[in-house]
Amino acid sequence: MTNLKMALKASVAVFALTATSAVAEDVEVLHWWTSGGEAAALNVLKGDLESQGIGWQDMPVAGGGGEQAMTVLRARVTAGDAPTAVQMLGFDILDWGNQGALADLNAVAAKEGWDDVVPAALQEFAKVDGKWVSAPVNVHSTNWVWANKSVLDANGIAVPTTWDEFTAAVETLAAAGVTPIAHGGQAWQDATVFDAVAMSTGGPDFYKAAFIDLDSEALGSDTMKEAFDRMAFIRANVDDNFSGRDWNLATAMVINGEAGFQMMGDWAKGEFLNAGKVPGEDFLCFRFPGTTEQVTFNADQFAMFDQGGVVSDQQAALASSILSPSFQSAFNVVKGSVPARTDVSDADFDDCGKQGMKDLAAAASSGNLFGSMAHGHANPASVKNAMYDVITAHFNGEYDSETAVDELVTAVEIAQ
Amino acid sequence: MSIASQDAGIRTGRVARTFIYLVLLLFALFYLLPLYVMLVNSVKPLSEITGGGMMSLPQVWTLEPWAKAWSTAQIGVEPTGLRPYFWNSISMVVPAVAISTILGALNGYVLTKWRFRGDTILFGLMLFACFIPFQIVLIPMAAVLGTLGLSGTTAGLVLVHLVYGIGFSTLYFRNYYAVFPTELVRAAQIDGAGFFRIFWRILLPSSGPISVVCVIWQFTNIWNDFLFGASFASGDGAPMTVALNNLVQSSTGVKEYNVHFAGAILAALPTLLVYIVAGRYFVRGLMAGSVKG
Amino acid sequence: MATGAEVDLRTRLQNWLPKLVLSPSLAMIFVFVYGFILFTVYVSFTDSRILPFVDKNGQTTYELIGFSNYEKLFSLSHWDISVMNMAIYAGLYIVICTFIGLLLAILLDQKIRGEGFIRPIFLYPMALSFIVTGTAWKWMLDPAIGFENIVQGWGWTTFTFDWIKNRDFAIYTVILAAVWQSSGFTMAMFLAGLRGIDTEILKAAQMDGASNWNLYRRIIIPQLRPAFLSAFVILAHLAIKTFDLVIAMTGGGPGRATELPATFMYSYTFSRNQMGIGAASAVIMLMTIAAIMIPYLYSELRERKS
Repeated sequence: MTNLKMALKASVAVFALTATSAVAEDVEVLHWWTSGGEAAALNVLKGDLESQGIGWQDMPVAGGGGEQAMTVLRARVTAGDAPTAVQMLGFDILDWGNQGALADLNAVAAKEGWDDVVPAALQEFAKVDGKWVSAPVNVHSTNWVWANKSVLDANGIAVPTTWDEFTAAVETLAAAGVTPIAHGGQAWQDATVFDAVAMSTGGPDFYKAAFIDLDSEALGSDTMKEAFDRMAFIRANVDDNFSGRDWNLATAMVINGEAGFQMMGDWAKGEFLNAGKVPGEDFLCFRFPGTTEQVTFNADQFAMFDQGGVVSDQQAALASSILSPSFQSAFNVVKGSVPARTDVSDADFDDCGKQGMKDLAAAASSGNLFGSMAHGHANPASVKNAMYDVITAHFNGEYDSETAVDELVTAVEIAQ
Repeated sequence: MSIASQDAGIRTGRVARTFIYLVLLLFALFYLLPLYVMLVNSVKPLSEITGGGMMSLPQVWTLEPWAKAWSTAQIGVEPTGLRPYFWNSISMVVPAVAISTILGALNGYVLTKWRFRGDTILFGLMLFACFIPFQIVLIPMAAVLGTLGLSGTTAGLVLVHLVYGIGFSTLYFRNYYAVFPTELVRAAQIDGAGFFRIFWRILLPSSGPISVVCVIWQFTNIWNDFLFGASFASGDGAPMTVALNNLVQSSTGVKEYNVHFAGAILAALPTLLVYIVAGRYFVRGLMAGSVKG
Repeated sequence: MATGAEVDLRTRLQNWLPKLVLSPSLAMIFVFVYGFILFTVYVSFTDSRILPFVDKNGQTTYELIGFSNYEKLFSLSHWDISVMNMAIYAGLYIVICTFIGLLLAILLDQKIRGEGFIRPIFLYPMALSFIVTGTAWKWMLDPAIGFENIVQGWGWTTFTFDWIKNRDFAIYTVILAAVWQSSGFTMAMFLAGLRGIDTEILKAAQMDGASNWNLYRRIIIPQLRPAFLSAFVILAHLAIKTFDLVIAMTGGGPGRATELPATFMYSYTFSRNQMGIGAASAVIMLMTIAAIMIPYLYSELRERKS
């Protein structure tokens, strides 16, 4: 048995860790940004590299918010043929970094001064053992509420800033025969809402204890039960047809005035803008009631894979292009997110974008910037998905709040 | 032969016949409905779809979604449409189908006409292999392809499809050749014909129908595969399904459903064509082989 | 004339040639199927997370942890749901496809005008991938824009058809789409079987004044046994591999109501970084398949030998 184990270990080590580079002059980039705007924005990066004489081998694999791409990545790494750079989220980066599969970018980082311009909370996901391993592209914040202004005005509703104001607003809309909350019943969307609700119910300390430290006392607390009760309230105020709906169709309900609010990350803005709506006039964006000070975030990054122990010039050029202020601005204006570096000018951004950049800077400096559980920035994939299971089961009426709390504690235990 | 049972004349009255036609018509509608939905929405502007009229005919007819899906839709960072990926699929499917059909025919020939001790068990093992869920072979397969230096190549992808297609192609040919008169083979053997000569001269000429069944089956499965294509092809060499997936599964952008449907039909055209052109031989091939004992 | 030694060599070569021809296929099957199955079994006894044989601290040292992945697996309600769904799904899918396939084959076998036109219509769904027909089904079943909305538009305002949104019924909508895809194919297999039946027996039976119903029940359908068995193998194989359909139509939802073992395994192996549990679920799946298929293969192949 030991021999077999040794042999397997050796062969896997060979497969997993000796990364061979593709073609020397090219960078190969695995990503899931294939929709029009995103891909066009990424094309800016490609053009930038090509002007430096570096070829771009595109390797797009869409689906499931990157799940498909992560599956493909495993196959590529196992085959000893890791791409140069891979679009990646939160804990996945740390997991791959801990395998020793990622490149050491410290030389580039030092030259470009990344330590000074990237918020500390974000650096936690871009560094492993003090080494920069990936280049952050943007910061999405997930605790936004999107509202149709004319619907709110017609019902005399001001922007709610507390949970009580929010419930009052929802009840007013329900009484007026408008669907109060537009929602798509998919696990990650349920969890996105839960993120904001938990933050609002228990505050930042509770959020950190429950989702980041995975403290079983916080997970099993009455505050958590209260959060689930609030989810039940939200469930009671979505339309009957929410299940399985894509998030953008839920956004369309707000755009068309069929619904009042949607809780969704900042990427929803693109849908409003595409429909020709103007922020502040046709639609409103504000933080989820009770989380005005806080920002829960997820950040897209490009993790740089080790190419045989050295960071090639091409890989280094790719990394520094990603963090260049011009790309950060150009990309994020299109994407709806805000730049990963805090020193980028907000001139090209619209009202919601400017607000987002301000909120991010404020939250980062006051310790109110937290990784989003729903988007893989609070705990590892196994725990995140275990939480998804419970949240979505509760939202769909399989568990009552009390059971949900118990299940949450057990599920997190099993997943760790 | 195709009118065999009809000669026997299952007699049906006029009322019964009307009823039969009615049932067949209803089922035809059921089968066509999703295609209708896809077609009708592929020739509408997006605003009509998001406006809610999913089943209704377009108010404005447009072929723009088709053009866009084929040549300008965003698949990766560049707006190439599905066009370049079409040939990737062809260059993967053709060799994979051809080799797995030939190997299947040879295997079927050996397993029925050159039997040896334990051949049934070997066949059973090959057949059971058809049932392995593809998700579990992904990682070890990647390791093997990496060792062979075939990672990210079309040759690697052909190998993968070959391996997992061979069980079914052997099954089809084995059952077909099982009812082929062994006396003919023995007679040829006495005349001094060798292994390949007998196969080439005696079995192959009558293998038309089952080859059609085998080719249809393999072509459909390999063309529609997504998991292996995404994992084992390089970005530029990705097959059509991977490109289609990138088109329809984009994460946080606007979903252009009309373009999605046009793309889906485009991606399915080769398989549809195979079914329609070869369909008439399909039942004949099944009849001649795989459903008989 | 050839010498004795040459003849001997030739005969020996001829004797070995068949096995030689078979061997590449067998070698591939043994490595890529059975070798990989052993690999999976081995992984299921380790604490592998993100890659095989890599533990959660990212070390390429890993532990053999006995059956604890299996213990975890069976304690997950998620897995129970998947298994229950598979039982409902596979059972109904196979039965309904067989029934519709046989019915349509019998009807099509009645000298139908335009058979060549109707048959491809029944068959074409098999040619399409679910990456997008899943979307078409999702829309048609969606109460707000699909059938429910249309029937209500015809004036039957109390009509409801919201199964895809209902935890207790969503799995049946997945079955509906799956039946749509493969029942035509099943029809083709039965049609082929019907066309292969010996007409003499039918004539004789008709002489004896047997009714159509009895003709089918007593004589024709019993003769279709091989077609039934082939249909069963193909349908069972498709049922077990069902994956894209669920992902495209429901994503496993509402909640977890339409998870199947294949989606469970994929999710634990690739999205949740719990490869050990994923491998354990794969092993259980394979054992279930073996338990069903081995008796079938045994009886089939033994019979053919005699």
